[in-house]
Amino acid sequence: MPDVMPIPDKNTARKRWMAVLARAGADAISDRLAACGSVPAFTRLRGPETGLVMTRGRTGGGGAPFNLGEITVTRCTVCASGGLVGHAYVTGRDGRHAELAALVDALMQDPDRAEDLERSVVAPLEAAERARRATIAAKAEATKVRFFAMRNMRT
Amino acid sequence: MTPTLTAGFADPVHDAQRCFRSVLDAMSRPGLVRTVSGVAPPRPLCVASASVLLTLVDHETPFWLDPDADTARDWIAFHCGTPVVADPSRCSFALALGLPDLMRFPTGTHEGPETSATVIVQLPALTGGPAFRLRGPGLKDSAILKPAGLPTNFASLWHRNRTLFPGGIDLILCAADTLAALPRTVSIEEA
Repeated sequence: MPDVMPIPDKNTARKRWMAVLARAGADAISDRLAACGSVPAFTRLRGPETGLVMTRGRTGGGGAPFNLGEITVTRCTVCASGGLVGHAYVTGRDGRHAELAALVDALMQDPDRAEDLERSVVAPLEAAERARRATIAAKAEATKVRFFAMRNMRT
Repeated sequence: MTPTLTAGFADPVHDAQRCFRSVLDAMSRPGLVRTVSGVAPPRPLCVASASVLLTLVDHETPFWLDPDADTARDWIAFHCGTPVVADPSRCSFALALGLPDLMRFPTGTHEGPETSATVIVQLPALTGGPAFRLRGPGLKDSAILKPAGLPTNFASLWHRNRTLFPGGIDLILCAADTLAALPRTVSIEEA
């Protein structure tokens, strides 16, 4: 099925930038977007609206799914000029964040803009997110206790 | 998603509440014509039928769409989040352009009359057509409704629906921005 092959690639790429945008803050997206030039006109198709989503996890052993709890999620769908539709689902209640993320999602689907946006919006946000995680991981790493003694005693 | 996707209700909460009240009034007083607003629907939907869909149809209500209205499918699926089913006998709401064969839809059972379908019928107009006299619960005396575009033998078709009581189909007639309802309890004769 060679003709269906490009679809997963496209979705994977879109999944990536949607995830990056969902984890960034409204101000961060707005600042990056402003640096990229004027924000184009768009219309809201739905939302931003806030609701609850059940998060599920998997137990150890059998891996059966269980309900972990509900989280607050805000979603938004916008239509940018040119008819491109962008969606965003972000945790929390920040409607502006959802709207900006949806707008960038719509614009990223425009091949003429995607490269520019990738360079000035998505990639820097991704780098910032990675740095933030690295800081947390480094802090946690410093408090990690290694039970060498116990492991040595058992063997 | 198609590039033609347009917005739903301008003010989702209040527009839906207003439309719900209109449908409730129309159902309680058969023949009463109510006006709704707040949405610019895609073709071929009219304002009233689109408003009713946004108000009543959601992910828990399987929905059957007239193939002639297929251009509105994406819009309905997106805004209502409803599973659009191909088999009319499995739906709980349906939208048809003109009166469909009502017996294709679930009519409910004696144990579960609420499982019958509500069919939204989009018509050219709710005035100026042949007059039907309505009687039944909600009407002290009788009411006259003159919908255009219904088949000439509509009264006898409706009589068949009435024999299924407590089952039976409920109809919501929509034209432009107006709606009227024919609940299963109403009796209809040509006036």
